[in-house]
Amino acid sequence: MAQAQPLRTRPQPDDGESYLLPGETYTSLTQKIGDVPLVSPLKTPKGWLAGFTVAFFLLMIFLMSVTWLFIRGVGIWGINIPVGWGMDIINFVWWIGIGHAGTLISAILLLLNQGWRNSINRFAEAMTLFAVACAGVYPILHLGRPWIFYWLIPYPNTHGMWPNFRSPLDWDVFAITTYATVSLLFWLVGLIPDFATLRDRATNVWVKRIYGMAALGWRGSAHHWHRYEIASLLLAGLSTPLVVSVHSIISLDFAISQVPGWQVTVFPPYFVAGAVFAGFAMVLLLMIPIRSFYGFQNYITMRHLDVMAKVMLATGMIVVYGYFMEAFAGLYSGNVYEEYLLTNRLIGPSAWAYWGLLFCNAVAIQPLWFKRVRQNIPALLLICVLVSIGMWLERYVIIVISLEREFLPSSWAQYYPTFWDWSLYIGTFGLFFTLLFLFIRVLPMINIFEMRLFLYQEEEKRRLLGPNTDAEPIVRPTATTD
Amino acid sequence: MTSQSPTLTTEAVREQLRNARGPQLWRSIDQLADTTAFRELVEREFPRGASELDDGVSRRSFLKLMGASLALAGVTGCTYMPRAKLAPFVEQPQGGRVPGIPLFYASALTLNGFASGILVRSNEGRPTKVEGNPLHPASRGGTDIFAQAEVLTMYDPDRSTQVLNNGAASTWDAFTTTLGNSLTAQSVTQGAGIRLLTTTVTSPTLAAQIEQFLQAYPQANWYQYEPINRDNVVAGARLAFGEDVSTRYDFSAAQVVLSLDADFLAPGPGFGAYARDFSDNRRVDAASTAMNRLYVVEATPSSTGITAEHRLALKAGQVEGFARALAAALGVADVPAGAAVPANAQAFLQGVAADLQANQGNTIVIAGAQQPPAVHAIAHAINAALGNVGNTVIYTAPVEARPALQTSELAALTNEIAAGSVELLVMIDGNPAYNAPGDLRFAERLAQVPLSVHLSLFVDETASRATWHIPLAHALESWSDARAFDGTASIVQPLIEPLYQGKTSHELLAAMLGDANADPLALVQNTWQAQANGSFDIFWQTALATGVIADSAAPTLTPALQTGAIPAAPPETSGLELVFRPDASLWDGQYANNGWLMELPRPLSQLVWDNAALISPRTAIRLLNLPISVDQLIAPAGGDADKAATATRERALELLTQANGTVVQLSYRGGSVELPIWLMPGHAEDSITVMLGYGRSNAGRIGDGIGVNVYPVRTSDALWFGSDLTLAATGRTYQLVSTQNHWTLEGRDIYRVGTFDRFSADPKSISRDIYNEKYGRDSPGYESLMPRVDYTGRNKWGMTINLNACIGCNACVVACQSENNIPIVGKDQVAVGREMHWIRIDRYFAGSDLDNPDTYVMPLTCMQCENAPCEVVCPVAATVHDYEGINNMVYNRCVGTKYCSNNCPYKVRRFNFFQYSDLNTITLQLARNPEVTVRNRGVMEKCTFCIQRISDARIEAKKTAVAAGQTDYTIADGTIVTACEGACPTAAIVFGDLNDPASRVAKWRGEGHNYGLLGELNTFPRTTYLARVRNPNPDLELEG
Repeated sequence: MAQAQPLRTRPQPDDGESYLLPGETYTSLTQKIGDVPLVSPLKTPKGWLAGFTVAFFLLMIFLMSVTWLFIRGVGIWGINIPVGWGMDIINFVWWIGIGHAGTLISAILLLLNQGWRNSINRFAEAMTLFAVACAGVYPILHLGRPWIFYWLIPYPNTHGMWPNFRSPLDWDVFAITTYATVSLLFWLVGLIPDFATLRDRATNVWVKRIYGMAALGWRGSAHHWHRYEIASLLLAGLSTPLVVSVHSIISLDFAISQVPGWQVTVFPPYFVAGAVFAGFAMVLLLMIPIRSFYGFQNYITMRHLDVMAKVMLATGMIVVYGYFMEAFAGLYSGNVYEEYLLTNRLIGPSAWAYWGLLFCNAVAIQPLWFKRVRQNIPALLLICVLVSIGMWLERYVIIVISLEREFLPSSWAQYYPTFWDWSLYIGTFGLFFTLLFLFIRVLPMINIFEMRLFLYQEEEKRRLLGPNTDAEPIVRPTATTD
Repeated sequence: MTSQSPTLTTEAVREQLRNARGPQLWRSIDQLADTTAFRELVEREFPRGASELDDGVSRRSFLKLMGASLALAGVTGCTYMPRAKLAPFVEQPQGGRVPGIPLFYASALTLNGFASGILVRSNEGRPTKVEGNPLHPASRGGTDIFAQAEVLTMYDPDRSTQVLNNGAASTWDAFTTTLGNSLTAQSVTQGAGIRLLTTTVTSPTLAAQIEQFLQAYPQANWYQYEPINRDNVVAGARLAFGEDVSTRYDFSAAQVVLSLDADFLAPGPGFGAYARDFSDNRRVDAASTAMNRLYVVEATPSSTGITAEHRLALKAGQVEGFARALAAALGVADVPAGAAVPANAQAFLQGVAADLQANQGNTIVIAGAQQPPAVHAIAHAINAALGNVGNTVIYTAPVEARPALQTSELAALTNEIAAGSVELLVMIDGNPAYNAPGDLRFAERLAQVPLSVHLSLFVDETASRATWHIPLAHALESWSDARAFDGTASIVQPLIEPLYQGKTSHELLAAMLGDANADPLALVQNTWQAQANGSFDIFWQTALATGVIADSAAPTLTPALQTGAIPAAPPETSGLELVFRPDASLWDGQYANNGWLMELPRPLSQLVWDNAALISPRTAIRLLNLPISVDQLIAPAGGDADKAATATRERALELLTQANGTVVQLSYRGGSVELPIWLMPGHAEDSITVMLGYGRSNAGRIGDGIGVNVYPVRTSDALWFGSDLTLAATGRTYQLVSTQNHWTLEGRDIYRVGTFDRFSADPKSISRDIYNEKYGRDSPGYESLMPRVDYTGRNKWGMTINLNACIGCNACVVACQSENNIPIVGKDQVAVGREMHWIRIDRYFAGSDLDNPDTYVMPLTCMQCENAPCEVVCPVAATVHDYEGINNMVYNRCVGTKYCSNNCPYKVRRFNFFQYSDLNTITLQLARNPEVTVRNRGVMEKCTFCIQRISDARIEAKKTAVAAGQTDYTIADGTIVTACEGACPTAAIVFGDLNDPASRVAKWRGEGHNYGLLGELNTFPRTTYLARVRNPNPDLELEG
């Protein structure tokens, strides 16, 4: 299908209205995206090396922190009685929340036939997997005796014991492992056609073989495409309830209990919205620098950023509604403990966290009502950073402030994170970014074949309806080959 | 037992090993085993075995010795059981020991010289737990914290293990030789250069030995000194009666009690009896028609003060003026008037006076040991005028071997040392180099004595300055005797042979009398030989088995009050006042190395691991210019209903408590000391209390360098308080650690209290009937899809805690720690909220004015909820119910998610954040209860209702049933006594079967004022509370 086009396209002026800027061809797409992983190790971009080095250093902090944790025990953290969960569970929920955007983009937007997702879904899914990996270490590390974490898994054993299926912590095990498994499958299945492209384009024989093995013999036949589309749809169907279920179940870790501030019926939807909110913030936060570093502005356009900011604003407003409902429920309950919870959040010793949360999650997102802000990169970056902090504070407020002051004033105590709490948190960034840098180095970070499909759709749209229109194409081709 | 080996003897091996401990010991063995001398010793034992008979060491005994020394390294006393026959407590089955079945032995422990009877549990020859002796008048079955903690002191790895001569290892034989030479030299002058310094002596055997010694050396002198002494009590009695008498009180007959700065509900002579009698008289049920009433005038808030219906906070120096004014109001003749009583105390004074008048003969006016002699004399006069003498106030012949003004005696001794007239000073127990008043400079003087001998458990401040140190055998390792507050004598019997080479005071005295190898058992028996009517064997066995010697109480006296005895009032003082108090946990400092006590939250302040300057919030605001208005101490007029004002005030109080830990310099009578402050609501204004017993330099690994030593600023002329104090802020802060930082109840329905009048009208009314208020029914409704478990036909264990009887003394906390192998965690861990106590005493300040609050204490342990929130959330089912409804914790199954603790509304679960249990120190292993698992890192733990005791009782009951051919077994009420219940001096805790309608716990639970804490959460707690009932004087308090 090669056409007489320049092989490499330059970023085009972005009017903020298109999902794919003009001037791209199938070849330019394939080359530009596909060449990033295929570049010789000796020609690895210096910026990548620098970034990977920092990430790897942080990963070493993670290892140091975990090693010391295993040697000494969870006492190295700031947790205590009454605050039995601190940054371990805050960070767990925070990472899991970030891991939500990927599945939402790949599954729900696919089912909703949102073509614009094609340029961001691979990256968002990868980010999801890595965030889930970061989240997944916490439930094990937070145990007093982590070496027997597998007791939470129902398996035939000589103890003659099942786990306690009434405990939401056990539901977590299933929710997270299912989510991680399905997300990984979805992501890997989606990679198969691109592996084949890389196999075909690679010049080094070993690289060819490695990608060839990963491509599982993909030849791009109609049969292959047919089965791929069915598998993809099935996985999307499987993932869709998971988007809702994972964070709902995480929220039940709290909602099932009877701790004032945890026992809130609005938690499941509120947690899901919060997760999508945080996830989109993180996708934006990572996407913006990478798109400019690799010159992907033609594929990830201002329009993408604009749409993602809108999703953030919408989910953010759901979260804000959740805050109001929490406060209202506290006041309306007539329950002295629930009432006090609100007082404590507003003027208690940890009130800074609650006010910080309101500022970051409720106030800071309001400028997103304006298109000018949504398409302003520094403003978006700032808001995304604030939202990420705000969502962290939300978990701090829910977990720590609630536990600090429960039923009996005699056992009230403050929680202060220690060096090791922070080092483990920073260390998980190391894990996350190390994986992310490896990902963008060895795998196509934008879905090549879906971009080609999208290009075809956009061209069809222009051909049938004229330029500059948002209307959907009449025909949706189901497959295309290179 | 000496070997003929030319180079190394078994004695020498033992000697070398004895000095080493822990890791050092293992190194020592290696080093020792490497020497050729050792190899030779080992090798020649066997090949030439036949010749061993000549050597005096049989092969058998050598193997025994080596086996024990190497295997039980560190515990050089390898035989646990004493050779002499001991008699187990009377209720135990006779017929020897059965492995695995503990035996109880009756003995006695002393505090301030006064005995309290105990029963000691012995597991396989190791004393592991102290219980009260119900037959002993000073125990009545309960104990104080010190008795509970003695087990740990006995096994303290820092105890002195050997005789020291100027710090170098020596032997008892070398010591007795030196002592003998010195005594021979002294006999020329009839002992003019000999001084004996002891603590308070009530032991008849020791008294007789001292008497004998003084007869042999008529020019020698015997002094007694303890820093927490009863000089004022003795001097007060002399002032009032012109002779030495002991006073004891019968609270069971007292309807109205006035305490003039007397903390009689805290450990001290007679504590067990006083606390029990007093609380029995205010334990009310639906049938009660009367209840006693307590008035307290005091400076430092105390257990007694918080129990009082009416408490007046006065500076310690103003109490005398109050006593004089009270005497005047009661028309007691011959009491010169004192300083005017402050205006705010007038109503209190009139109320007390009227109440005392109205209840003549059934009242007690009791003066505190720290108040000057005149106050005691006035109290004697008032008691006489009110007709209390012989009824509630009983005078007896002195209980002490020799009542003494101990501070003056120590001053006399230091003067004599300074004059150079002391050549041999023998100190039996005590630690004067540390705890003498600063102005006496005893530590410096001690160095001037040519030959000084100190017998003590530890190489403490005095021992390290004395020329000779002799390790003292612990009370649980000794034969001795002692008298209780009423004169009742008990035999102290050993539970174990001395772990180290400890000597009893009797052995030291015997050595001074020329018998270096006396048998302390023979010495004690010798004292009582004459007392036995009929067979001495029967007398002796009975005394050992019951723990008391029958009819040995001091005879009662009817001393005549002397006229004109009470001196004129001293000049009025003003300004800041400094008060010295014994520390609630460390006492005078002797318990500083006891981890259980060091980490025990001090009553009311809840401080651990430190002492502080206690100060009233108002005084602190004024002196330190704290950025808060004193108005915030007063509750808003609208009460809890005014939510905004209440919340603002709570926040202000939290800011106020941030002043805790501000370091101030206290300058007092030429000395000065820097201490962090601790705000203590209810403390008298313009008065600052400091606790004795801290800042030890030679206490051991726990006590060294903890807190600030305030003995140096204490002066011998004003032992307890004085008024020349100035306070200056230093601008520094220090981290004080307390287990409870919040003051108020936040208007929550946690601690329920009501007046006796209301209670009499409707017992239900004082335990605010919230279920009826909120839900229109008597109990929280059970609305669940799951049916409630039916426990009929099983033992449904439950506990009820009577808040009316609890005085917050902490005995239950230490008892639980001892019974359940609960580790200590250290200051830094308590600071982050990780203390491990399974039972805790919560404290709340309530009432409208935090300058004189109602202070509530509430023991809290696992509520054993039938519908337990912790169980649902554990992912591995590590906490589950058993068939009797007890919420069990399965340590082996726990993975440590901590979710159970998060979901526990009572926050009674404790987590092993680190490896807290010391698994390495061998002596501490010996101290543990073999029936309770020692927990490791990463698991949750909590109160089990002493499930090991329940199991024991169940097994016994089943055995009995089987022997009788029955299939069903019954466990009688009272068979199972939990550790907290057993230790409680006021019997505030009962445990039993809720399915047995005749059980005490079922009866208590049937009371109208029974309530379940946070019952509205539908947890169905098996532990409930009886609300507190107060009996205020209607003239002083409107019905609230």
